[in-house]
Amino acid sequence: MNTNKLNLTLRIWRQKNSNTPGKFVDYKVSVSPDSSFLEMLDDLNNDLESKNQEPIAFESDCREGICGTCGLVIQGHPHGPIPRIATCQLHMRNFKDGETIYVEPFRAKAFPIIKDLIVDRSAFDKIQQAGGYISVNIGSVPDGNAIPIPKEVANEAMDAATCIGCGACVAACKNASAMLFVSAKVSQFALLPQGQPERYERVQKMVKVMDELGFGSCSNTYACEAECPKGISIKNIARMNRDYIVAKIAKEEVV
Amino acid sequence: MSWFTRALNSSIGKKFVMALTGICLILFLVIHLINNLTLFGGPELFNTVVKNLDNIKPLVRVIEIILATIFVLHIFNGVKLWWENKQARPQSYAVNASSENSSIFSRTMIYSGSIIFIFLVVHLRTMWVAFNFNPDVHTNHTYYEYVSAAFREPLYSIAYIIAMILLGFHLNHGFQSAFQTFGWNNKKYFPLIQKVGFFYSWITAFLFALIPIYFLSGGGQ
Repeated sequence: MNTNKLNLTLRIWRQKNSNTPGKFVDYKVSVSPDSSFLEMLDDLNNDLESKNQEPIAFESDCREGICGTCGLVIQGHPHGPIPRIATCQLHMRNFKDGETIYVEPFRAKAFPIIKDLIVDRSAFDKIQQAGGYISVNIGSVPDGNAIPIPKEVANEAMDAATCIGCGACVAACKNASAMLFVSAKVSQFALLPQGQPERYERVQKMVKVMDELGFGSCSNTYACEAECPKGISIKNIARMNRDYIVAKIAKEEVV
Repeated sequence: MSWFTRALNSSIGKKFVMALTGICLILFLVIHLINNLTLFGGPELFNTVVKNLDNIKPLVRVIEIILATIFVLHIFNGVKLWWENKQARPQSYAVNASSENSSIFSRTMIYSGSIIFIFLVVHLRTMWVAFNFNPDVHTNHTYYEYVSAAFREPLYSIAYIIAMILLGFHLNHGFQSAFQTFGWNNKKYFPLIQKVGFFYSWITAFLFALIPIYFLSGGGQ
């Protein structure tokens, strides 16, 4: 246990609702280096509530990096400056005593701010509902090795499927593009036999809804891959582009 | 809208147009560069090369129209994408850590592109117009003399060199980005594409910039 507490200034974005302009508010905290970022915010909220002040609204659920609920932009990085972790896995030992830490919500037109640090990410649900599933009946669990899938292909599909849908790619992209998310959801099925019947229909439907929701276009800066807590590869975006181009040129048109 | 225009107006469609026109322009630059390098062969060689191109003028005109269309598509789509992408984030971040997660070349395409566009207009005005319509240059085939005189103007040459550095910026991102957009990102050959793109862009920019440097430092007298 490290008993030396860190004295930090948290510059946190406060915004009453989506219609009111927000602003940064400074909070001085003294926190253990062993504390997680969200535990620090919990403590701060307890403190604010005891003083009858409005606590800071932020989201979290599993707090072990797999649900994708938490998501703050800390010092300009979605999920903070440490790569390959979600905000809930970020610990205060990564910060220096006396530091001023900027905490902002994900900023994108397609992710409107609900309150303080909470944004509405239902746009991702709408994209998923457009085609991020298999609607053919695949029956019960098949016998082992009844559907042969090479290990490398299974690995790639599983790597795409590790996307937790947190929206950090949108937050990191200078264009607020959702292509890393959508491409992961397209790829996890495009690589496997079960996903083939709807492969080209799926990519067209999901891209169409993505475009309608006001996300930007990809300009291949690869910031999304660098900031993704699960390290989803931009090769998935290439696969989505390929499938989309093939679908538009040679497959049945989905309107 | 037909399926074709719908596809081209989608986010991936617009990227695809950028990539396809970009690759065409990359190929054009190779041909343009080879032509320009004959300047180093002296007045006789360069003037003969341009004269030969003049002899096949109808064909050159057709190519010019195709090229202009490609340029217009690339510029129009690029500006449109930039504007739309700006709208996708109405409020920017207080702290921007983009330098830690992406390259400066990829983030400044609109700026490098805009300056190259300004260069292009000036370049067409000074070189293309003179080569085609200036009676002195065109009729007497004194292309080399005209070019060398132009590049001995320090202001013109320095602006040209700056534009070429930005061309290097633009191509450095654009080359590999086009392949990513086409979906040709494979772990076996994508590193090679990135390397080829890197060398292509900086060698091209360097060789183009070498021409004003050559004349500015008293070469070809």
